[in-house]
Amino acid sequence: MNAPGTDLAALLGPAGRTSRPAPAWRAALAQTGMELRLTARRGENLLVTLVIPVGLLLFLASVSILPTGGQAPVDFLLPGILALAVISTSLVNLGIATAYERAYGVLKRLGGSPLSRSGLLAAKMASVLAIELLQAVVLIAIAAGVEGWRPGPGWSLPLVVVALLLGTLAFAGLGLLMAGALRAEATLAGANGLYLVLLLLGGVVLPVDHLPPLLADLAQVLPASALSDALRIGLGAASGDALGPLALLAGWGAATALLAARTFRWE
Amino acid sequence: MSAPTSPPVFAPVPDAAPVSADDRPAISVRDLRKAYGGRAAVDGLSFEVARGELFALLGPNGAGKTTTVEILEGYRRADSGAVRVLGLDPGREAGAVRARLGLMLQAGGVYPQARPREILRLFARFYAEPADPDALLERVGLADAATTRYKVLSGGQRQRLGLALAIVGRPELVVLDEPTAGMDPHAKAATRQLIAELRDRGVTVLLTTHELADVERLADRIAVIDRGRLAAIGTTAELLGGATRRLRFRLDRPLEAVDLADLAAALGQGTEASLHEDGAGGRYRLDGPLPDPALLGRLAAWCAGRGLLIEDLRTAGGTLEERFLELTADTGEAGR
Repeated sequence: MNAPGTDLAALLGPAGRTSRPAPAWRAALAQTGMELRLTARRGENLLVTLVIPVGLLLFLASVSILPTGGQAPVDFLLPGILALAVISTSLVNLGIATAYERAYGVLKRLGGSPLSRSGLLAAKMASVLAIELLQAVVLIAIAAGVEGWRPGPGWSLPLVVVALLLGTLAFAGLGLLMAGALRAEATLAGANGLYLVLLLLGGVVLPVDHLPPLLADLAQVLPASALSDALRIGLGAASGDALGPLALLAGWGAATALLAARTFRWE
Repeated sequence: MSAPTSPPVFAPVPDAAPVSADDRPAISVRDLRKAYGGRAAVDGLSFEVARGELFALLGPNGAGKTTTVEILEGYRRADSGAVRVLGLDPGREAGAVRARLGLMLQAGGVYPQARPREILRLFARFYAEPADPDALLERVGLADAATTRYKVLSGGQRQRLGLALAIVGRPELVVLDEPTAGMDPHAKAATRQLIAELRDRGVTVLLTTHELADVERLADRIAVIDRGRLAAIGTTAELLGGATRRLRFRLDRPLEAVDLADLAAALGQGTEASLHEDGAGGRYRLDGPLPDPALLGRLAAWCAGRGLLIEDLRTAGGTLEERFLELTADTGEAGR
């Protein structure tokens, strides 16, 4: 512990000065890098964000079991799988990681550093968006390269981006709501359970109108089906007005974010 | 503001003079109170820590140490009372305090998958002028474990990383919660030395610990907290000054019962005096006469006559540990 040449005085410099924080954006940027490195290091994160969506896309596009009518399966699937990718990153990954950070006292320790709470939140959102961008690129490249997918008539990039952002807000809100209120183990189970439920009921791989009536009514108000619907319209796989699904997503986003902000416990 | 020509109506009040930040105490706590569910955790606590001082906060578990420290760190709000850290209100000006205060929590608070070097570099980037993370890692003896995941570090290694995280921002004040807990004796000694060096550099250190050995060797001043109140405050010598002086000694071999009575009589010289075993291995404590030069002379003469060597001898008012137990007699876990 007393390595020669590493005098504490030399390390810490002259005494009697006032220590200052780094600019907020620099602290948030450093934290974003840490969030991304840790995500890449956790095998279960890669499984849920990349392996499962890519596997589902390739499998379901090649076995013709989906009731997609005259549509090519990939045209129906890609928007749904993109919605699943958003769910996996902003609900499952973010929620579970944050819940364990709370349990391990990481959030408390960071709270005692010059990184502000808004800086931490910005870092988490930036890393979520970076992972989603990677997921979108990988999924679209595979859909296009392997299944010959092309955007449908009347597709709209701005609509796709807005839908992805609002979906991220809604699911990140839900993830942080769970992470800030439940035990880490409960968040782990709950987020994974929701992932499965939303995969089946969220219009992700099964059209909502093929569900039994009651479940279909429930599915219509879930953020997953709203995101899938908006993405299908945005990618030209369905026609219709995207305003309804986007409004529903915004409502979910506002409600979960507000509730999370009010109930979040840092310890 | 009155016009410059009009005479002052009242004699000028000695206004809060523009004191430079460095003249103010590093920490000032006045009549601090905090209750959880009706039970007072901190109950009217007051103390000050001067700039550059190494100050130890002692107390049994549940005495209110952690609550007090967490209020200073800005984690909790006081119910009432005034708290200033480096002249700032940690509740309202948490952002300004956090850049100047380095803290070490009892539970590490590090990502299990993170590695010491990257987490130290991360924290360094939160500050405008941090210490060099790699050199600091070497200084705390973690260079070999720089890329080991946190979850497989030993308890002592985690503590050293916690200490490095506390000082990487080159803070003016560090708050260390149980800094040597879980360390082996070598790591403990090295950590004590590092803390002493911090103080020598002019960094103010607030230390909470159960290791009275840390406190005796390091602390400039000590506050003993009991049931949320200040039980005693002062230097080690001042705290021990409050205890009754007693003669204690250790001989190179234990005495027979008959010799014990003979020695007690020689020491008492007709007054009431009795010798008691004070732990194992030839340790004795004298009840009755208070230590004075003549008493020590009689003890030395008696021992010389029997060929006994006095290996250890003290006349101070007990040890810090005894004083601590005395001050917090009804509160410790054993007393509940």
